Amino acid sequence: MENLYDVVIIGAGPAGLAAGLYSARAKMKTLILEKDKAGGQIVTTNEVANYPGSIDDATGPSLVARMVEQAESFGAERKKDEIVKVELQDKIKVVTGEKDVYKAKVVIIATGASPRYLGVPGERELTGKGVSYCATCDADFFTDLEVYVIGGGDTAVEEAMYLTKFARKVTVVHRRDELRAAKSIREKAFNNEKMAFIWDSVVEEIKGDGIVEKLVLKNKKTGEITEIDAPEEDGTFGIFPFVGYIPKSELFKDFLETDKGGYLITDPDMKTAVPGVFAAGDIRHKSLRQVVTAVADGAIAAVQAEKYIENTFEN
Amino acid sequence: MVILEKDNFEEEVLNSKGLVIVDFWSDGCEPCKALMPEVEALAEKYEGKVKFCKLNITKARRLAISQRVMGLPTILLYKDGAKIEEVTKDEAKAANIEAMIEKHI
Repeated sequence: MENLYDVVIIGAGPAGLAAGLYSARAKMKTLILEKDKAGGQIVTTNEVANYPGSIDDATGPSLVARMVEQAESFGAERKKDEIVKVELQDKIKVVTGEKDVYKAKVVIIATGASPRYLGVPGERELTGKGVSYCATCDADFFTDLEVYVIGGGDTAVEEAMYLTKFARKVTVVHRRDELRAAKSIREKAFNNEKMAFIWDSVVEEIKGDGIVEKLVLKNKKTGEITEIDAPEEDGTFGIFPFVGYIPKSELFKDFLETDKGGYLITDPDMKTAVPGVFAAGDIRHKSLRQVVTAVADGAIAAVQAEKYIENTFEN
Repeated sequence: MVILEKDNFEEEVLNSKGLVIVDFWSDGCEPCKALMPEVEALAEKYEGKVKFCKLNITKARRLAISQRVMGLPTILLYKDGAKIEEVTKDEAKAANIEAMIEKHI
């Protein structure tokens, strides 16, 4: 059969790239599909301090560039295509993209997660006009301006600190009265003199005529509404929401089991309930979503894929 | 593609007749770098019909903001020096850029 791969991996973040590396190294014909950029969420992260064994000053892009190099050196193919349909129930799986159709004995789903939107009026219209979910993409624009970061978890606080390198002042708006971020991150944030905090508050609306001009906040305890206007001399400011993630499981959730949040359920071998279909990385239901757990998932999925192919196709 | 800077933006874009595409990008923007080869392919496809330019905003931040660009990647389409349409962020994909061009060509 033409164009039949042993393993097709959907997603080229750390999980997909690790799966590709292990799979290609095991001499399986391997294809990694990515809709836009290799690397997934981690390439929009400047600092990766906790990936064991990484060199000093590792960044998301530098780690991913090396993972791509490794996967390709073992013979994994990569293609840029956005997947629109999957048929995974049969022995030969069919993955349909906008550009091409791919057939495989095994599919590893490593589509990851994307930032959750606030879901408030003005947010979508002003994305790219002062609202941003990618600090490394857009930090430059906010040099010497003010920035509001929405959220209180690790990502929110780390990205807020990154933004202090550019912005005049970075204010974290959090819906609780204390940060959820890890203690080490919290301490750094409280010691950063460019950082400020607004507690117990949520975003009600973002306003502006073609560019962000006003942020409307509501205090959850008192119900009080506060309108924050862009300083006159600036004319605008930045808003960076980091309020969690949503899994990219849309294509799969009708026939694969998910948890309440839409994350795919697998067993410890990364197997879904459908034979020959595995899931790895942030798309999975699990307790810790980090590069280090994503690559582990990818490696396990690839090794199990090899076993599955041996047992299913070669006897 | 024409490389834009602060000094030639006016001449190459605002004083230019016909359709001009400007790809706003930066060194830190990975999605921009992933998109760039596809924009370059479109530049070849529409050679002689649409002028394709790119602007690294790292050294031209104010210029970008003056064009109401505050997020990357953003692709603007100008006609006779006036901004007529744009795609930004998740919408900034080759297919959408091409559709935008086809609408005005």
